[in-house]
Amino acid sequence: MPHSEHLSKQFDSDLEDIRSRVLQMGGLVESQIRSAIECLSSGDYDLMAQVTDGDRQVNSYEVEIDDACAHVIARRQPAASDLRLIMAVSKIVTDLERTGDEAEKIARMARQIYDRGRLQIPRSADVRHAGELAVAMLRRVLDAMARLDAQEAERIIAADATIDGEFRGIVRQLVTYMMEDPRTISTALDIVWVAKAIERIGDHIKNVAEQVIYIVHGTDVRHTTREIVPESDGGN
Amino acid sequence: MAEPKPALDTLPIKAAARRLNFYYGDFHALKTIDMPIHDKRVTALIGPSGCGKSTFLRCFNRMHDLYPGNRYEGEIRLLPDNVNLLDKGVDPIEVRMRLSMVFQKPNPFPKTIFENIAYGLRVRNVNKRAILEEKVEEALRGAALWNEVKDRLHEQAFNLSGGQQQRLCIARALATQPEILLFDEPTSALDPIATASIEELIAELKQKVTILIVTHNMQQAARVSDFTAYMYLGEMIEFGWTDDIFIKPTNPQTEAYITGRFG
Repeated sequence: MPHSEHLSKQFDSDLEDIRSRVLQMGGLVESQIRSAIECLSSGDYDLMAQVTDGDRQVNSYEVEIDDACAHVIARRQPAASDLRLIMAVSKIVTDLERTGDEAEKIARMARQIYDRGRLQIPRSADVRHAGELAVAMLRRVLDAMARLDAQEAERIIAADATIDGEFRGIVRQLVTYMMEDPRTISTALDIVWVAKAIERIGDHIKNVAEQVIYIVHGTDVRHTTREIVPESDGGN
Repeated sequence: MAEPKPALDTLPIKAAARRLNFYYGDFHALKTIDMPIHDKRVTALIGPSGCGKSTFLRCFNRMHDLYPGNRYEGEIRLLPDNVNLLDKGVDPIEVRMRLSMVFQKPNPFPKTIFENIAYGLRVRNVNKRAILEEKVEEALRGAALWNEVKDRLHEQAFNLSGGQQQRLCIARALATQPEILLFDEPTSALDPIATASIEELIAELKQKVTILIVTHNMQQAARVSDFTAYMYLGEMIEFGWTDDIFIKPTNPQTEAYITGRFG
């Protein structure tokens, strides 16, 4: 990947602007997930409202960045690594926006649970752990994008399996609660939705990681089976 | 959706440069170029000014023979008969019949539309009126100009617009039924509409003839060609499918040029 500058300084600044806005959007989404998970354990209604407001900001980032990509395509006819960046960013912002939607969904579930007055939330530690994994994965993928680190992106793709495993574990446990005490069913189902939202966040982050590989190598690894790169311990 | 591309070595080749070197006197303009020209495909040559792309194109129809002190080394093989176009025993006039050139600026002869096209045929001793008329019509149709000029074939060629003149030059090049058409920046003197019609024509022509085109306009190379070769300082830096060159070039120099980071 060439890091030298374009002959056109304006082109450089357009691309830099897009890159940094994607990272800002990612940072916002990261804090949205963190807050949503926090809502679940604290029942803080103000924070729930904040997450809802924050989602509107995430949405406007998506629209703005897509518009900036269209602008670059129309005016600069980007090629090679520039073209790959623009194509990938346009997909990445969609995944980030959907990640934001999942965060909002978690906050909404938290409100529902606390409205019901059920303060004992089954498997809350497991859910929090899965949420933290997702937050760490998101931070790593944004970092991989900023550094154009395809190897790290490969590791993130592999790490999605961990979140999937957490999700299955939580559901299995919740089923036992529901069988033992039907009064837990409503709350347990809400928790299943929360866990599912976290699992979906993992999928979106994986998609972003695939786009990072496309930016760096030009290879499209979506919908392909590939050797899983072992997850390193120091990853987060 | 793009179809999967066949492997390069499975595609038929119309011509091949082999260890081609070219010198303008002492100046070494082309440095050991090896490159295939695939049959009935469009190959674009791109690169900054002075990189040798026009020099390379002109080797194909022996244009450099017109100036003293120019020297070729190596071969350009024309297939399937495997003749080396650069061989001293090969008549350059015959080469130019088989590989016709279209230049940057339209350069019709100061003759009528009809005579512009009939000229190459007359050189080949085709003089019968009926045959000439048939061939002229065929060439004009091939260059997508027939409908515009069929009622004014005996007017002066200079009365045509720039885009029409360029298509006339393409018709003139087609009249001798060349095996390869060589385009040297064929649209750089034309407006966007005339450019679009020439590009459209190139897409049609490649059904019948192999095309090699030099262009300064990278987007044009991306639009019209199947293969792209990037040249720099007389060397062939990268050759490959146009899609690959414009989406994921392998050579960092190509990447720098394609993305506008050159310099």
